[in-house]
Amino acid sequence: MIDRYRWYELVLIYAGILLTLIFLLAPFLEAFMVSLRPLEMIFRIPYRFFTDDMSVDAYVAMWSSVPDLPLYIFNSFFIAVSVTVLALACIIPAAYAVSRFTFFGRDAILAAFLGINMIGAAVLIIPLYKLMLSAGLLNTYLAMIIPGAAFSVPTGIFLMRSYFLRIPRELEEAAYVDGAGRLYTLWRVILPVSLPGIMVVAITTFIAAYAQQFLFALTFNAVDEYNPLPMGLYQFFGRERVLWNELMAASLTGILPVLLVYLFLQRHIVAGLTSGAVKE
Amino acid sequence: MTRRRDLFPYLLLLPALALTLAIVAWPLAETFRLSFTDASMKPVTTYVGFANYAKIFRSGFEEIIGRTLLWASLSVSLKILLGLLVAVLLNAAVPGRALFRILVMPPWIVPIAIGVFMWSWMYNGQFGMISGLLQRFGLISEPFEFMAYSTSSFIATVVTDVWIGVPLVSLYFLAAMQGISKELYEAAWVDGASRLYRFRRVTLPLLLPSIATMALLSAIWTFNSFDIIWILTEGGPRGATTTMIIDTYKTAISRFRYGEGAARAVLILLFLSAFTSVYVYLLLRLTRKGGTHD
Repeated sequence: MIDRYRWYELVLIYAGILLTLIFLLAPFLEAFMVSLRPLEMIFRIPYRFFTDDMSVDAYVAMWSSVPDLPLYIFNSFFIAVSVTVLALACIIPAAYAVSRFTFFGRDAILAAFLGINMIGAAVLIIPLYKLMLSAGLLNTYLAMIIPGAAFSVPTGIFLMRSYFLRIPRELEEAAYVDGAGRLYTLWRVILPVSLPGIMVVAITTFIAAYAQQFLFALTFNAVDEYNPLPMGLYQFFGRERVLWNELMAASLTGILPVLLVYLFLQRHIVAGLTSGAVKE
Repeated sequence: MTRRRDLFPYLLLLPALALTLAIVAWPLAETFRLSFTDASMKPVTTYVGFANYAKIFRSGFEEIIGRTLLWASLSVSLKILLGLLVAVLLNAAVPGRALFRILVMPPWIVPIAIGVFMWSWMYNGQFGMISGLLQRFGLISEPFEFMAYSTSSFIATVVTDVWIGVPLVSLYFLAAMQGISKELYEAAWVDGASRLYRFRRVTLPLLLPSIATMALLSAIWTFNSFDIIWILTEGGPRGATTTMIIDTYKTAISRFRYGEGAARAVLILLFLSAFTSVYVYLLLRLTRKGGTHD
């Protein structure tokens, strides 16, 4: 049949898969190997992959070198979840407005949102810093949540809009005939049937917010207790003498929760991307 | 359903507009304003006209533009090429496909900074995996410190950026491939077209709009990329990995020259809008259909 491969095609495919996985997973594997070695054994020549002095000591020691590790893990999730909730609260009504109503300035607003997609947060960092300073938000969670949400709103609106456009208008018209108000209709009729689309936007926003916490934390936050995982470990990374085995142990422990969440949600994530969801 | 002078849609847009006006639109205007001042840590700022811009172009800015272009175009083309290749592999109906799809994603899921920590160790000349394996196999005779030389650190930052970008790009292409009608392949197959021929004549043409869209998005993201270079090299050694974004951040935040930093930011914005306009214009002319798919 059409999907049957010849033997050399199979060899090529699996060779390609193997090379891809080596490239994409080697850093994780190497980090794991380093985390299993005593510090003095990491700095060893010649390079050896397996050695007989491996232990889990670094996973014990890291709790005293990075005492706030659980807090960093929590902060990362807390910030990403807050960004997602705030962004969704803006995205859903806005996307509904631009997909269901014709009003003065709609196309201009859509074009503006498209343009915003082009602007990276790093470009606006000076006025953003001044803004956070004058609003008294420096060194708070909000300084990392609000900008994160703002920059994910435009993409989210376009994603959500394409989903709303696919929902038949008859649904609302029937509700109006029954005498339902417009806000009530959005809340009780449209939202429930849009749940799959909302999930997609929520997941992609969360992943983006989770992966990109470094810049805002680096620039707006100096309080260690509020640091998300990347920034918490970056201080550790920047020290004179880097404890590589413990840094890698802490990194792997730190990303374990999100990898587990990913394992449970991966079907939704792939489905989400299938509908055109994108994030860097 | 809609009436004239209806405020309801505006009310629905209010939260999104308020947030983006405060966090994007105002800072954007403020960046333009600051770029004409000598703002710094001093309490008084004065307007200096185009002095900041003149100063930037006297300080060898062309070099940074050229480097940014090279960095971004290398990285984007590698991401698109590898992404296509990986998407084809992810799409192949072979045993183990589900597992392969799961295992491809981690570089994209984990925080960018954590991925970069790991790469930073990989690149370590004395004890890192890459230098270690190259020595093992006799390809180099002594430790090679990737981050100490211009060319190797430049390539190293590109490789890490590609590593982070490939999963998303390939998943996006995979989704587009799954949207192609099976009947087209079956028709080609009945006509005796080989697998390679089917890829060239069915998959690739139908994928072109997705490739064009992804290339533009990827170019914008890559251009704006900050974390990877900052953690790996902070723009060094001797400026070899200083892109326009890194340069702006250094000027504004590390050296507290807000006015000059703002001028550099404005140049980035002008540059990106020019690039996007030309790209979209060419795309529209090429397709003559009125735009890429959404």
